[in-house]
Amino acid sequence: MTDAAPHRTPLTAEHEALGATLTPFGGWLMPLRYAGELAEHRAVRTAAGIFDLSHMGEISVTGPDAAAFLDHALVGAISGIRLMGARYSMIVAEDGGVLDDLIVYHNAQGEYLVVANAANRDTVVSALTERASGFDVSVVDGTDRTALIGVQGPRALEVLEAVPGLSATAELSLGGTLRELRYYACTGMGFAGTAVLVARTGYTGEDGFELFVDAGAAARLWRAVLEAGEPFGLVPAGLSARDSLRLEAGMPLYGHELTRDVTPFDAGLGRVVRFDKVDADGEPLEFVGRAALARVAAELEKAELDEETPSRRILVGLAGEGRRPLRADYEVLAPDGDTTAVVGRVTSGGLSPTLGHPIALAFVEASSGAPGTPLHVDVRGRREPVRVVDLPFYTRPRPPSAARP
Amino acid sequence: MPTIPENLQYTAEHEWVDSGTPVTIGITDVAADALGDIVYVDLPEVGAAVEAGQVFGEVESVKSVSELFSPVTGTVAEVNAAVVDGPELLNADPYGDGWLIRVEVDTVGPVLTAAEYRELTGN
Repeated sequence: MTDAAPHRTPLTAEHEALGATLTPFGGWLMPLRYAGELAEHRAVRTAAGIFDLSHMGEISVTGPDAAAFLDHALVGAISGIRLMGARYSMIVAEDGGVLDDLIVYHNAQGEYLVVANAANRDTVVSALTERASGFDVSVVDGTDRTALIGVQGPRALEVLEAVPGLSATAELSLGGTLRELRYYACTGMGFAGTAVLVARTGYTGEDGFELFVDAGAAARLWRAVLEAGEPFGLVPAGLSARDSLRLEAGMPLYGHELTRDVTPFDAGLGRVVRFDKVDADGEPLEFVGRAALARVAAELEKAELDEETPSRRILVGLAGEGRRPLRADYEVLAPDGDTTAVVGRVTSGGLSPTLGHPIALAFVEASSGAPGTPLHVDVRGRREPVRVVDLPFYTRPRPPSAARP
Repeated sequence: MPTIPENLQYTAEHEWVDSGTPVTIGITDVAADALGDIVYVDLPEVGAAVEAGQVFGEVESVKSVSELFSPVTGTVAEVNAAVVDGPELLNADPYGDGWLIRVEVDTVGPVLTAAEYRELTGN
Protein backbone atom coordinates (compact mmCIF):
# COMPACT_ATOMS: atom_id res chain seq x y z
CA MET A 1 0.00 0.00 0.00
CA THR A 2 1.21 3.54 -0.71
CA ASP A 3 1.21 6.30 1.84
CA ALA A 4 -1.44 8.22 -0.10
CA ALA A 5 -4.39 9.59 1.84
CA PRO A 6 -7.01 6.91 2.48
CA HIS A 7 -9.91 6.69 0.00
CA ARG A 8 -13.35 7.80 1.06
CA THR A 9 -16.04 5.19 0.47
CA PRO A 10 -19.35 6.09 -1.17
CA LEU A 11 -20.70 6.31 2.41
CA THR A 12 -17.97 8.22 4.30
CA ALA A 13 -20.10 11.38 4.27
CA GLU A 14 -22.95 9.43 5.90
CA HIS A 15 -20.64 8.36 8.74
CA GLU A 16 -19.42 11.90 9.23
CA ALA A 17 -23.02 13.11 9.44
CA LEU A 18 -23.70 10.42 12.07
CA GLY A 19 -20.75 11.61 14.14
CA ALA A 20 -18.66 8.47 13.65
CA THR A 21 -15.01 8.31 14.70
CA LEU A 22 -13.22 7.63 11.41
CA THR A 23 -10.00 5.66 11.00
CA PRO A 24 -7.81 4.67 8.07
CA PHE A 25 -8.07 0.95 7.36
CA GLY A 26 -6.64 -0.96 4.40
CA GLY A 27 -6.32 2.28 2.44
CA TRP A 28 -9.85 3.53 3.21
CA LEU A 29 -11.30 6.05 5.65
CA MET A 30 -13.73 3.91 7.63
CA PRO A 31 -16.05 4.32 10.62
CA LEU A 32 -14.39 2.84 13.71
CA ARG A 33 -17.38 3.46 15.97
CA TYR A 34 -20.51 5.62 16.12
CA ALA A 35 -22.36 5.88 19.46
CA GLY A 36 -20.13 3.29 21.15
CA GLU A 37 -18.65 -0.02 20.07
CA LEU A 38 -20.07 -2.11 22.94
CA ALA A 39 -23.61 -0.84 22.27
CA GLU A 40 -23.11 -1.52 18.55
CA HIS A 41 -21.86 -5.05 19.29
CA ARG A 42 -24.85 -5.76 21.53
CA ALA A 43 -27.26 -4.35 18.95
CA VAL A 44 -25.98 -6.82 16.36
CA ARG A 45 -26.46 -9.69 18.80
CA THR A 46 -29.98 -8.66 19.82
CA ALA A 47 -31.44 -6.64 16.93
CA ALA A 48 -29.37 -5.57 13.91
CA GLY A 49 -26.42 -3.49 12.80
CA ILE A 50 -25.69 -1.87 9.45
CA PHE A 51 -22.06 -1.83 8.28
CA ASP A 52 -20.26 0.00 5.49
CA LEU A 53 -18.07 -2.70 3.93
CA SER A 54 -17.24 -0.78 0.76
CA HIS A 55 -13.53 -1.07 1.48
CA MET A 56 -13.68 -4.75 0.50
CA GLY A 57 -12.42 -5.65 -2.98
CA GLU A 58 -14.91 -6.85 -5.58
CA ILE A 59 -13.26 -8.66 -8.49
CA SER A 60 -15.36 -9.97 -11.39
CA VAL A 61 -14.20 -13.08 -13.15
CA THR A 62 -16.09 -13.77 -16.38
CA GLY A 63 -15.70 -15.95 -19.44
CA PRO A 64 -16.07 -19.52 -20.68
CA ASP A 65 -13.14 -20.71 -18.53
CA ALA A 66 -14.14 -18.81 -15.38
CA ALA A 67 -14.85 -21.88 -13.24
CA ALA A 68 -11.81 -23.86 -14.39
CA PHE A 69 -9.62 -20.78 -13.90
CA LEU A 70 -10.79 -20.25 -10.32
CA ASP A 71 -10.32 -23.96 -9.58
CA HIS A 72 -6.70 -23.44 -10.64
CA ALA A 73 -6.11 -20.07 -8.99
CA LEU A 74 -7.77 -20.75 -5.60
CA VAL A 75 -7.59 -23.71 -3.23
CA GLY A 76 -11.32 -24.48 -3.29
CA ALA A 77 -13.59 -26.36 -5.71
CA ILE A 78 -15.07 -23.20 -7.23
CA SER A 79 -16.58 -25.07 -10.19
CA GLY A 80 -18.73 -26.89 -7.63
CA ILE A 81 -20.51 -23.73 -6.48
CA ARG A 82 -24.06 -23.85 -7.82
CA LEU A 83 -25.47 -20.84 -9.65
CA MET A 84 -26.40 -18.15 -7.08
CA GLY A 85 -24.35 -19.93 -4.43
CA ALA A 86 -21.25 -18.75 -2.56
CA ARG A 87 -18.26 -20.31 -0.88
CA TYR A 88 -15.53 -19.27 1.53
CA SER A 89 -12.09 -19.95 0.04
CA MET A 90 -8.47 -18.85 0.02
CA ILE A 91 -5.80 -17.88 -2.47
CA VAL A 92 -2.32 -19.13 -1.58
CA ALA A 93 1.19 -18.68 -2.95
CA GLU A 94 3.17 -21.56 -4.49
CA ASP A 95 4.59 -22.34 -1.05
CA GLY A 96 1.09 -22.68 0.41
CA GLY A 97 1.22 -19.41 2.37
CA VAL A 98 -2.12 -17.58 2.44
CA LEU A 99 -2.37 -14.45 0.29
CA ASP A 100 -5.99 -13.75 1.27
CA ASP A 101 -9.19 -15.36 2.41
CA LEU A 102 -12.16 -14.69 0.17
CA ILE A 103 -15.78 -15.31 -0.52
CA VAL A 104 -16.60 -16.32 -4.08
CA TYR A 105 -20.15 -15.74 -5.32
CA HIS A 106 -21.39 -17.49 -8.48
CA ASN A 107 -23.59 -14.53 -9.27
CA ALA A 108 -24.47 -15.23 -12.92
CA GLN A 109 -23.96 -17.87 -15.59
CA GLY A 110 -20.26 -17.81 -16.52
CA GLU A 111 -19.52 -15.19 -13.89
CA TYR A 112 -18.05 -15.13 -10.38
CA LEU A 113 -17.61 -12.30 -7.90
CA VAL A 114 -14.48 -12.67 -5.77
CA VAL A 115 -14.57 -10.55 -2.61
CA ALA A 116 -11.16 -9.84 -1.11
CA ASN A 117 -9.95 -8.02 1.98
CA ALA A 118 -9.24 -4.33 1.40
CA ALA A 119 -5.56 -4.54 2.30
CA ASN A 120 -5.02 -7.48 -0.07
CA ARG A 121 -7.04 -6.25 -3.01
CA ASP A 122 -4.07 -5.33 -5.20
CA THR A 123 -2.26 -8.57 -4.35
CA VAL A 124 -5.30 -10.66 -5.22
CA VAL A 125 -5.98 -8.79 -8.48
CA SER A 126 -2.33 -9.23 -9.52
CA ALA A 127 -2.26 -12.91 -8.63
CA LEU A 128 -5.54 -13.64 -10.42
CA THR A 129 -4.44 -11.69 -13.50
CA GLU A 130 -1.14 -13.56 -13.61
CA ARG A 131 -2.77 -16.95 -13.09
CA ALA A 132 -5.34 -16.24 -15.83
CA SER A 133 -2.77 -16.78 -18.55
CA GLY A 134 -3.95 -19.65 -20.74
CA PHE A 135 -7.58 -19.34 -19.66
CA ASP A 136 -10.35 -17.68 -21.67
CA VAL A 137 -11.36 -15.40 -18.85
CA SER A 138 -11.37 -11.74 -17.89
CA VAL A 139 -10.47 -10.45 -14.43
CA VAL A 140 -11.83 -7.00 -13.63
CA ASP A 141 -11.43 -5.04 -10.39
CA GLY A 142 -14.80 -3.38 -9.79
CA THR A 143 -14.05 -2.17 -6.26
CA ASP A 144 -14.08 1.56 -6.88
CA ARG A 145 -17.56 1.55 -8.40
CA THR A 146 -19.09 -0.96 -5.97
CA ALA A 147 -20.44 -0.30 -2.50
CA LEU A 148 -21.08 -3.08 0.01
CA ILE A 149 -23.53 -2.74 2.91
CA GLY A 150 -23.83 -5.39 5.60
CA VAL A 151 -27.00 -5.83 7.65
CA GLN A 152 -26.39 -8.35 10.43
CA GLY A 153 -28.39 -9.54 13.42
CA PRO A 154 -31.45 -11.60 14.38
CA ARG A 155 -33.73 -8.86 13.02
CA ALA A 156 -31.75 -8.23 9.81
CA LEU A 157 -34.33 -10.02 7.67
CA GLU A 158 -37.21 -8.00 9.14
CA VAL A 159 -35.23 -4.82 8.54
CA LEU A 160 -34.64 -5.56 4.87
CA GLU A 161 -38.22 -6.73 4.34
CA ALA A 162 -39.30 -3.30 5.60
CA VAL A 163 -37.18 -1.30 3.15
CA PRO A 164 -39.55 0.30 0.67
CA GLY A 165 -38.46 -0.28 -2.89
CA LEU A 166 -36.15 -3.23 -2.23
CA SER A 167 -37.76 -5.88 -4.40
CA ALA A 168 -36.90 -9.21 -5.94
CA THR A 169 -36.34 -9.01 -9.71
CA ALA A 170 -37.45 -12.15 -11.46
CA GLU A 171 -34.89 -12.06 -14.24
CA LEU A 172 -31.89 -11.98 -11.88
CA SER A 173 -32.92 -14.28 -9.08
CA LEU A 174 -33.92 -17.93 -9.17
CA GLY A 175 -37.22 -17.02 -7.58
CA GLY A 176 -38.26 -17.06 -3.96
CA THR A 177 -38.23 -14.30 -1.41
CA LEU A 178 -35.50 -12.87 0.78
CA ARG A 179 -36.88 -14.91 3.66
CA GLU A 180 -36.20 -18.08 1.69
CA LEU A 181 -32.66 -17.12 0.69
CA ARG A 182 -30.39 -19.82 2.03
CA TYR A 183 -27.20 -19.22 3.95
CA TYR A 184 -24.30 -18.70 1.50
CA ALA A 185 -26.70 -18.10 -1.40
CA CYS A 186 -27.26 -14.87 -3.30
CA THR A 187 -30.03 -13.30 -5.34
CA GLY A 188 -30.60 -10.25 -7.48
CA MET A 189 -32.92 -7.54 -6.27
CA GLY A 190 -33.78 -4.03 -7.41
CA PHE A 191 -33.69 -0.75 -5.51
CA ALA A 192 -34.53 2.66 -6.96
CA GLY A 193 -33.92 1.36 -10.46
CA THR A 194 -30.52 -0.12 -9.56
CA ALA A 195 -29.53 -3.76 -9.33
CA VAL A 196 -28.53 -5.04 -5.89
CA LEU A 197 -26.84 -8.40 -5.35
CA VAL A 198 -28.01 -9.65 -1.96
CA ALA A 199 -26.12 -12.48 -0.27
CA ARG A 200 -26.90 -14.28 2.95
CA THR A 201 -23.33 -14.08 4.17
CA GLY A 202 -21.62 -12.25 7.00
CA TYR A 203 -18.80 -11.98 9.47
CA THR A 204 -20.59 -11.72 12.80
CA GLY A 205 -21.97 -15.16 13.67
CA GLU A 206 -25.53 -13.81 13.34
CA ASP A 207 -28.04 -14.15 10.50
CA GLY A 208 -27.48 -11.39 8.02
CA PHE A 209 -27.11 -10.10 4.51
CA GLU A 210 -24.51 -8.35 2.41
CA LEU A 211 -25.76 -6.01 -0.32
CA PHE A 212 -23.57 -5.20 -3.32
CA VAL A 213 -24.71 -2.08 -5.15
CA ASP A 214 -23.34 0.48 -7.54
CA ALA A 215 -21.48 3.23 -5.67
CA GLY A 216 -23.86 5.88 -7.00
CA ALA A 217 -26.87 4.29 -5.28
CA ALA A 218 -25.12 3.47 -2.01
CA ALA A 219 -26.07 6.50 0.09
CA ARG A 220 -29.72 6.24 -0.87
CA LEU A 221 -29.83 2.52 0.01
CA TRP A 222 -27.93 3.12 3.29
CA ARG A 223 -30.39 5.79 4.39
CA ALA A 224 -33.39 3.70 3.33
CA VAL A 225 -32.19 0.73 5.39
CA LEU A 226 -31.33 2.93 8.40
CA GLU A 227 -34.77 4.50 8.36
CA ALA A 228 -36.67 1.25 7.81
CA GLY A 229 -34.57 -0.47 10.47
CA GLU A 230 -35.03 2.05 13.25
CA PRO A 231 -38.20 0.50 14.74
CA PHE A 232 -36.39 -2.86 14.86
CA GLY A 233 -33.44 -1.43 16.80
CA LEU A 234 -31.05 -1.24 13.82
CA VAL A 235 -27.97 0.90 14.51
CA PRO A 236 -24.94 1.78 12.41
CA ALA A 237 -21.96 -0.34 13.52
CA GLY A 238 -18.26 0.30 12.88
CA LEU A 239 -15.04 -1.65 12.49
CA SER A 240 -14.47 -2.02 16.22
CA ALA A 241 -17.77 -3.86 16.67
CA ARG A 242 -17.09 -5.83 13.47
CA ASP A 243 -13.86 -7.08 15.02
CA SER A 244 -15.31 -8.02 18.42
CA LEU A 245 -18.24 -9.79 16.73
CA ARG A 246 -16.11 -11.92 14.41
CA LEU A 247 -13.77 -12.77 17.28
CA GLU A 248 -16.65 -14.12 19.38
CA ALA A 249 -17.71 -16.13 16.33
CA GLY A 250 -14.19 -17.58 16.07
CA MET A 251 -13.61 -16.18 12.58
CA PRO A 252 -10.10 -15.45 11.33
CA LEU A 253 -8.92 -11.99 10.29
CA TYR A 254 -6.22 -11.70 7.64
CA GLY A 255 -3.15 -10.09 9.10
CA HIS A 256 -3.80 -11.78 12.43
CA GLU A 257 -4.75 -15.50 12.16
CA LEU A 258 -4.02 -15.68 8.44
CA THR A 259 -0.77 -14.32 7.05
CA ARG A 260 1.66 -14.99 4.25
CA ASP A 261 3.57 -17.32 6.63
CA VAL A 262 0.60 -19.50 7.50
CA THR A 263 -1.07 -22.28 5.49
CA PRO A 264 -4.81 -22.95 5.68
CA PHE A 265 -3.99 -26.06 7.73
CA ASP A 266 -2.11 -24.05 10.37
CA ALA A 267 -5.21 -21.96 10.93
CA GLY A 268 -7.41 -25.03 11.28
CA LEU A 269 -9.03 -24.33 7.91
CA GLY A 270 -7.70 -27.27 5.90
CA ARG A 271 -11.29 -27.95 4.87
CA VAL A 272 -11.08 -25.14 2.30
CA VAL A 273 -8.32 -26.99 0.42
CA ARG A 274 -9.87 -29.40 -2.05
CA PHE A 275 -7.31 -31.98 -3.17
CA ASP A 276 -10.19 -33.89 -4.78
CA LYS A 277 -10.67 -31.24 -7.48
CA VAL A 278 -10.34 -32.69 -10.98
CA ASP A 279 -9.83 -31.07 -14.36
CA ALA A 280 -11.88 -31.57 -17.54
CA ASP A 281 -10.16 -34.91 -18.15
CA GLY A 282 -10.93 -36.14 -14.66
CA GLU A 283 -7.28 -35.82 -13.61
CA PRO A 284 -6.25 -34.31 -10.24
CA LEU A 285 -6.24 -30.57 -10.81
CA GLU A 286 -2.96 -28.69 -10.48
CA PHE A 287 -4.04 -25.67 -8.46
CA VAL A 288 -1.52 -23.09 -7.25
CA GLY A 289 0.03 -24.23 -3.99
CA ARG A 290 -1.13 -27.83 -4.34
CA ALA A 291 2.26 -29.51 -3.93
CA ALA A 292 3.23 -27.50 -0.85
CA LEU A 293 -0.16 -27.99 0.79
CA ALA A 294 -0.14 -31.71 0.00
CA ARG A 295 3.16 -31.99 1.89
CA VAL A 296 1.67 -30.20 4.91
CA ALA A 297 -1.42 -32.40 4.83
CA ALA A 298 0.72 -35.53 4.59
CA GLU A 299 2.86 -34.42 7.54
CA LEU A 300 -0.22 -33.85 9.67
CA GLU A 301 -1.71 -37.18 8.65
CA LYS A 302 1.51 -39.04 9.46
CA ALA A 303 1.77 -37.39 12.87
CA GLU A 304 -1.81 -38.38 13.63
CA LEU A 305 -1.24 -42.00 12.53
CA ASP A 306 1.96 -42.24 14.57
CA GLU A 307 0.08 -40.69 17.50
CA GLU A 308 2.78 -38.07 17.71
CA THR A 309 1.95 -34.49 18.55
CA PRO A 310 2.77 -32.43 15.47
CA SER A 311 5.53 -29.95 16.20
CA ARG A 312 3.85 -27.10 14.38
CA ARG A 313 1.73 -24.51 16.14
CA ILE A 314 -2.05 -24.71 15.85
CA LEU A 315 -4.72 -22.04 16.14
CA VAL A 316 -6.77 -22.35 19.33
CA GLY A 317 -9.27 -20.38 21.35
CA LEU A 318 -8.32 -19.10 24.80
CA ALA A 319 -10.74 -17.99 27.51
CA GLY A 320 -9.58 -15.91 30.48
CA GLU A 321 -10.92 -15.69 34.01
CA GLY A 322 -10.50 -12.02 34.83
CA ARG A 323 -11.69 -8.95 32.98
CA ARG A 324 -8.45 -7.66 31.54
CA PRO A 325 -8.43 -7.95 27.72
CA LEU A 326 -6.00 -10.28 26.03
CA ARG A 327 -4.48 -8.63 22.95
CA ALA A 328 -2.64 -9.49 19.74
CA ASP A 329 1.10 -10.27 20.09
CA TYR A 330 0.92 -11.14 23.79
CA GLU A 331 2.91 -14.28 24.52
CA VAL A 332 1.29 -17.49 25.72
CA LEU A 333 3.26 -19.19 28.51
CA ALA A 334 3.30 -22.61 30.13
CA PRO A 335 1.58 -22.12 33.49
CA ASP A 336 4.35 -23.39 35.75
CA GLY A 337 7.46 -22.27 33.96
CA ASP A 338 9.41 -19.06 34.02
CA THR A 339 8.82 -16.40 31.40
CA THR A 340 11.07 -18.21 28.92
CA ALA A 341 8.52 -21.04 28.66
CA VAL A 342 6.76 -19.42 25.69
CA VAL A 343 4.39 -21.86 24.02
CA GLY A 344 2.51 -19.50 21.74
CA ARG A 345 1.34 -16.03 20.74
CA VAL A 346 -2.04 -14.33 20.74
CA THR A 347 -3.21 -13.23 17.27
CA SER A 348 -6.47 -11.50 18.26
CA GLY A 349 -8.08 -10.82 21.60
CA GLY A 350 -10.46 -8.75 23.65
CA LEU A 351 -12.99 -8.76 26.43
CA SER A 352 -16.04 -10.54 25.00
CA PRO A 353 -19.06 -8.22 25.33
CA THR A 354 -21.48 -11.15 25.06
CA LEU A 355 -19.68 -13.59 27.36
CA GLY A 356 -18.18 -11.08 29.83
CA HIS A 357 -14.70 -12.61 29.97
CA PRO A 358 -11.49 -12.26 27.96
CA ILE A 359 -11.24 -14.32 24.77
CA ALA A 360 -8.44 -14.72 22.28
CA LEU A 361 -7.25 -16.62 19.25
CA ALA A 362 -3.67 -17.79 19.52
CA PHE A 363 -1.14 -20.02 17.80
CA VAL A 364 0.16 -22.46 20.41
CA GLU A 365 2.31 -25.57 20.24
CA ALA A 366 0.06 -28.53 19.53
CA SER A 367 1.22 -30.20 22.78
CA SER A 368 -0.33 -27.28 24.68
CA GLY A 369 -3.41 -26.99 22.47
CA ALA A 370 -5.88 -29.56 23.76
CA PRO A 371 -9.17 -28.06 24.99
CA GLY A 372 -9.06 -27.60 28.74
CA THR A 373 -5.29 -27.03 28.90
CA PRO A 374 -4.48 -24.31 31.46
CA LEU A 375 -2.02 -21.69 30.20
CA HIS A 376 -0.94 -18.15 31.01
CA VAL A 377 -0.90 -15.07 28.83
CA ASP A 378 1.71 -12.39 29.49
CA VAL A 379 -0.36 -9.22 29.74
CA ARG A 380 2.27 -6.49 29.88
CA GLY A 381 4.28 -8.30 32.54
CA ARG A 382 1.40 -9.93 34.42
CA ARG A 383 0.47 -13.61 33.99
CA GLU A 384 -3.26 -13.92 33.30
CA PRO A 385 -4.64 -17.47 33.63
CA VAL A 386 -6.49 -18.82 30.58
CA ARG A 387 -7.80 -22.14 29.36
CA VAL A 388 -7.85 -23.58 25.82
CA VAL A 389 -11.45 -23.76 24.63
CA ASP A 390 -13.27 -25.05 21.55
CA LEU A 391 -14.25 -22.58 18.88
CA PRO A 392 -16.43 -20.69 18.31
CA PHE A 393 -16.71 -18.83 21.60
CA TYR A 394 -20.26 -17.82 20.74
CA THR A 395 -22.93 -19.57 18.69
CA ARG A 396 -26.17 -17.79 17.97
CA PRO A 397 -29.32 -19.30 19.41
CA ARG A 398 -31.33 -21.19 16.81
CA PRO A 399 -35.03 -21.89 17.09
CA PRO A 400 -35.76 -25.60 17.33
CA SER A 401 -36.78 -26.90 13.88
CA ALA A 402 -40.43 -27.83 13.53
CA ALA A 403 -41.04 -31.51 14.16
CA ARG A 404 -41.97 -33.51 11.08
CA PRO A 405 -45.29 -35.33 11.28
CA MET B 1 -17.84 19.26 21.89
CA PRO B 2 -16.16 17.59 24.90
CA THR B 3 -16.77 19.17 28.30
CA ILE B 4 -13.84 20.88 30.03
CA PRO B 5 -15.02 22.24 33.41
CA GLU B 6 -13.53 25.59 34.44
CA ASN B 7 -13.05 24.68 38.10
CA LEU B 8 -10.60 21.80 37.45
CA GLN B 9 -6.93 21.65 36.55
CA TYR B 10 -5.52 19.37 33.87
CA THR B 11 -2.43 17.49 32.73
CA ALA B 12 -1.17 17.28 29.17
CA GLU B 13 -1.89 13.55 29.43
CA HIS B 14 -5.60 14.20 29.92
CA GLU B 15 -6.08 13.76 33.65
CA TRP B 16 -8.06 16.28 35.72
CA VAL B 17 -7.58 17.23 39.36
CA ASP B 18 -9.80 19.32 41.63
CA SER B 19 -8.84 21.43 44.64
CA GLY B 20 -10.47 19.40 47.41
CA THR B 21 -8.84 17.86 50.46
CA PRO B 22 -7.94 15.18 49.56
CA VAL B 23 -7.88 15.99 45.81
CA THR B 24 -9.92 13.91 43.38
CA ILE B 25 -8.34 12.78 40.11
CA GLY B 26 -9.89 11.42 36.94
CA ILE B 27 -9.60 11.45 33.15
CA THR B 28 -11.17 14.05 30.90
CA ASP B 29 -14.07 13.83 28.50
CA VAL B 30 -11.52 14.35 25.70
CA ALA B 31 -9.66 11.21 26.77
CA ALA B 32 -12.79 9.12 27.29
CA ASP B 33 -14.11 10.10 23.85
CA ALA B 34 -10.82 9.28 22.16
CA LEU B 35 -10.48 5.95 23.93
CA GLY B 36 -13.94 4.67 23.04
CA ASP B 37 -15.67 2.23 25.35
CA ILE B 38 -13.53 1.65 28.45
CA VAL B 39 -13.48 -1.95 29.63
CA TYR B 40 -10.85 -2.12 32.38
CA VAL B 41 -9.25 0.21 34.90
CA ASP B 42 -6.13 -0.64 36.89
CA LEU B 43 -5.69 1.58 39.95
CA PRO B 44 -3.25 1.66 42.89
CA GLU B 45 -4.22 0.59 46.39
CA VAL B 46 -5.09 2.89 49.27
CA GLY B 47 -1.85 3.91 50.93
CA ALA B 48 0.21 3.70 47.74
CA ALA B 49 2.51 6.60 46.90
CA VAL B 50 1.95 8.54 43.71
CA GLU B 51 4.33 11.01 42.13
CA ALA B 52 3.60 13.96 39.88
CA GLY B 53 4.30 13.09 36.24
CA GLN B 54 4.61 9.35 36.96
CA VAL B 55 2.31 6.50 35.95
CA PHE B 56 -0.18 5.48 38.64
CA GLY B 57 -2.35 3.06 36.68
CA GLU B 58 -3.82 2.05 33.36
CA VAL B 59 -7.09 2.46 31.55
CA GLU B 60 -8.02 0.01 28.82
CA SER B 61 -10.57 0.52 26.09
CA VAL B 62 -11.70 -2.03 23.51
CA LYS B 63 -8.98 -0.89 21.14
CA SER B 64 -6.19 0.51 23.34
CA VAL B 65 -4.25 0.63 26.58
CA SER B 66 -3.37 4.01 28.10
CA GLU B 67 -1.25 4.86 31.11
CA LEU B 68 -2.57 7.21 33.79
CA PHE B 69 -0.21 9.97 34.93
CA SER B 70 -0.57 11.59 38.34
CA PRO B 71 -0.86 15.37 38.49
CA VAL B 72 0.28 15.36 42.15
CA THR B 73 2.76 13.80 44.57
CA GLY B 74 1.17 12.26 47.64
CA THR B 75 -0.58 9.20 49.13
CA VAL B 76 -3.69 7.49 47.79
CA ALA B 77 -6.54 8.04 50.27
CA GLU B 78 -9.41 6.45 48.34
CA VAL B 79 -9.99 4.35 45.22
CA ASN B 80 -13.28 4.39 43.30
CA ALA B 81 -14.57 0.80 43.51
CA ALA B 82 -17.57 1.69 41.31
CA VAL B 83 -15.30 2.45 38.36
CA VAL B 84 -13.29 -0.74 38.87
CA ASP B 85 -16.53 -2.75 38.82
CA GLY B 86 -18.14 -0.72 36.04
CA PRO B 87 -15.50 0.85 33.76
CA GLU B 88 -18.23 2.21 31.49
CA LEU B 89 -18.77 4.89 34.19
CA LEU B 90 -15.66 6.58 32.86
CA ASN B 91 -17.38 7.13 29.53
CA ALA B 92 -20.71 8.06 31.09
CA ASP B 93 -19.53 10.51 33.78
CA PRO B 94 -15.75 11.15 33.69
CA TYR B 95 -15.93 14.21 35.98
CA GLY B 96 -18.48 12.85 38.45
CA ASP B 97 -19.15 9.22 39.28
CA GLY B 98 -16.24 8.20 37.04
CA TRP B 99 -13.54 9.68 39.35
CA LEU B 100 -10.53 7.40 39.80
CA ILE B 101 -8.57 8.11 43.01
CA ARG B 102 -8.39 10.61 45.87
CA VAL B 103 -4.94 11.67 47.07
CA GLU B 104 -3.54 13.40 50.20
CA VAL B 105 -1.29 15.89 48.43
CA ASP B 106 2.31 16.75 49.30
CA THR B 107 2.98 18.74 46.14
CA VAL B 108 1.14 19.55 42.96
CA GLY B 109 3.02 18.94 39.72
CA PRO B 110 2.79 21.01 36.53
CA VAL B 111 -0.90 21.45 35.69
CA LEU B 112 -2.88 23.40 33.10
CA THR B 113 -5.90 25.63 33.51
CA ALA B 114 -9.08 24.77 31.67
CA ALA B 115 -8.24 27.40 29.06
CA GLU B 116 -4.75 26.01 28.55
CA TYR B 117 -6.10 22.44 28.29
CA ARG B 118 -8.77 23.60 25.85
CA GLU B 119 -6.08 25.14 23.68
CA LEU B 120 -3.82 22.08 23.94
CA THR B 121 -6.59 19.79 22.78
CA GLY B 122 -7.91 22.14 20.12
CA ASN B 123 -11.35 22.51 21.66
